[in-house]
Amino acid sequence: MHPAFSVIFLTTLIGVGQGLFLALFTAQSYAGFGLLHEQSSGFYALGSLLSLAFLGAGLVASFFHLGRPERAWRSATQWRTSWLSREVIVLPAFMGTVALYGLFHWLGWRPVLLTLPTGLPVDPTAILGVAGTVLAFALFVCTGMIYACLRFLREWHTPLTVINYTLFGGASGFTLAAGYAAVAGSDLAGFFAGWAMILTGLALVGRVASLIRNARLKPKSSLQSAIGVKHPKIVQKTQGSMGGSFNTREFFHGKSKTFLRAVKWLFLVCVFPVPLLLLAAGFTDGAGLPLLVAFGVQYLGLIAERWFFFAQANHPQNLYYQSIA
Amino acid sequence: MTQLALVIDLNVCVGCHACVTNCKEWNTSGPAGPMVDQNPYGKDPTGTFFNRVQTFEVGEFPNTETVHFPKSCLHCEDPPCVPVCPTGASYKRKEDGIVLVDYDKCIGCKYCSWACPYGVREFDEQQKVMKKCTLCVDRIYDPKMTEEERRPACVRACPTSARLFGDIHDPESEVSHAIREAGGYQLMAEWGTNPANHYLPRRKTKLRIRVDEIERADNPLKIDSQLPKPDTGAPALDDVTSW
Ligand code: SF4
Ligand code: SF4
Repeated sequence: MHPAFSVIFLTTLIGVGQGLFLALFTAQSYAGFGLLHEQSSGFYALGSLLSLAFLGAGLVASFFHLGRPERAWRSATQWRTSWLSREVIVLPAFMGTVALYGLFHWLGWRPVLLTLPTGLPVDPTAILGVAGTVLAFALFVCTGMIYACLRFLREWHTPLTVINYTLFGGASGFTLAAGYAAVAGSDLAGFFAGWAMILTGLALVGRVASLIRNARLKPKSSLQSAIGVKHPKIVQKTQGSMGGSFNTREFFHGKSKTFLRAVKWLFLVCVFPVPLLLLAAGFTDGAGLPLLVAFGVQYLGLIAERWFFFAQANHPQNLYYQSIA
Repeated sequence: MTQLALVIDLNVCVGCHACVTNCKEWNTSGPAGPMVDQNPYGKDPTGTFFNRVQTFEVGEFPNTETVHFPKSCLHCEDPPCVPVCPTGASYKRKEDGIVLVDYDKCIGCKYCSWACPYGVREFDEQQKVMKKCTLCVDRIYDPKMTEEERRPACVRACPTSARLFGDIHDPESEVSHAIREAGGYQLMAEWGTNPANHYLPRRKTKLRIRVDEIERADNPLKIDSQLPKPDTGAPALDDVTSW
C-alpha cells in the first residue's frame, strides 16, 4: 500500500494521546490505593491538556486524508458495520472525556460521591478516569480493526495488529508521561519510565511476532486466479492506462526493497533499544532530558514503523497492475 | 431476487477498447460525470475509468497466446467494499444487486477501495469521491429508450458481442445459459466475495479423431477390404459403379 502521511500521523498521534491519558489515570489509581503520592491537580490538568493536544493533532491530520472533509460528519452513521465509523464516534467521545477529566482536576472538583465497601472514596475524576480508560482501549481496538478487518490485506489481518497498536500507543504515551513528569518536577518520572520500559518491551515482542508472521505469508491469490487462466507462465502486457491510475498510485509504495529494509531497521532501532536505554537512564535519576529525548526518538521511530506497516501490506489488486502500457 | 451482471467472453474479446470508450463517454455525460482526466495530452495521462481492458500474454514464446481482459466492478453478491464504508455512500441495491456509490454522501476516505480485492474502484481526483461501474443504472431502466438500448453502454459497444448482460439469478436468462454451458467462472473465488460478473474461458474447438475413424470401409483407404488389401490407388467401389 502507499503509506499516506495523514493516516500515519493520525494513528501515531492519537496513540500517544491515549497512552498519556492511561498513564495519568494509572498514577491517580495508584495514589487512590495509597501506593503513590497524590499529585497536584495542575499535574493532571496539564497532562490531560497535553493528551488532548496529541488527540486533536491526530484528528486534524485525519482530515487531510479525506477528499470531502466538509462531509466528515456523515462518517459516524455506519457504526453497525464499519470500524472506521466506530473510530469516528469513539475518538471525539474519548477527547470529551479527557477534557472533562482535566477540567475536574483543574477545578479541584473532587467531592466524594460514594465510598466503595473497601473504604475507597470515589470522586468524579475517578469515574471519568474509568470511562476514559474504557474509551481509550475501545479506540485502540477501533483503530487496529480498521486494518485488521480487511481480510485481503493479510499482513494486517491478524489480532497482532490490534495488540501492537495498543502496545505502541501505551509505550509512547507512558514515555511522554515520564518526560512530562520529570519536567513538571513530579516524583512520578521513574514510575512512568518503568511502565514505559515494560510496554516498550512488550511492543517489541508483538512487533517482532508480526514481522516473523508476515515474512512467512504465502500469497493466496495469483495471476492465475486473478484472470482465471490456468497456465504457470502469464505476463501482463498492458493495464488499460498509459500514465498510471488511482490503482497504481494508491496501492504501491514505489520504493525499493533496500529502502523498505532500511526503514524496518530504522524503526526497530528507534522504537525499541534507544528509548529503552534512555528510559533506563531517566528511571534511575528522574532526569528530564533523557526521558524527553526518549519520547522524541520513539515517536520518530513510530512514524517509520507506521510507514513500514502500510508499505509492507501487499494488496491483491496489485496483481492486475504489474506493467504500465 | 434479481442479480444483474455482465458475462464477459474472453474467447471473443479482441481488446479493441470500444467498451472502455463508450463507458467513459456515456458516464462522463451522465449523473456520474464528469469523469475527468489529468494531463490527457501530456506525459503521464491519467483519469477516472469504470472499465479497463488489460492484456496478458500466456505461455512462453513461441507457444504464446494473447488474452484481453476487460475489468470493471463485478457487483459481488457479498461485496466486502460495502460494510466498511463509514458513511453509507457505498451500498448494494436489494432489487437488482447493483453496487453503487452515492456521490453526494461519499467523503472520499478511499477505505472501500482498500476493501475491494479487484482494484476496480477509482477515486476521482476532481470530484474527490469514489467512483465505479454502475452497470449503467441510468440506462437500463430508462423508459424513453428502446428495449435494445436499455443495456449497459459497454455491452452495446462491443463489436464482437463478448459482453452479455442479464440476471444471473434467472436460470433461463442468456447470461445463466452462458455461465452454465460455456464454463463461466468468477475471479479470485478464494476470497468468498461471490462476484456476480462472470468470465467465459478461452475455448478451442478441437476435432478428436482416431486413425481407424479415418480409414473406414467406405473410404479410399480401404482398411476393411478383403485381403490382400487393394492398393489405395486401385479403383474403389464408387469409381466403378454408376448407380
Ligand atoms: S468488485 Fe470490488 S467494488 Fe465491485 S462489488 Fe466487488 S468488492 Fe465491491
Ligand atoms: S470513499 Fe466514499 S464510498 Fe468509499 S468508503 Fe469512503 S465514504 Fe464510503
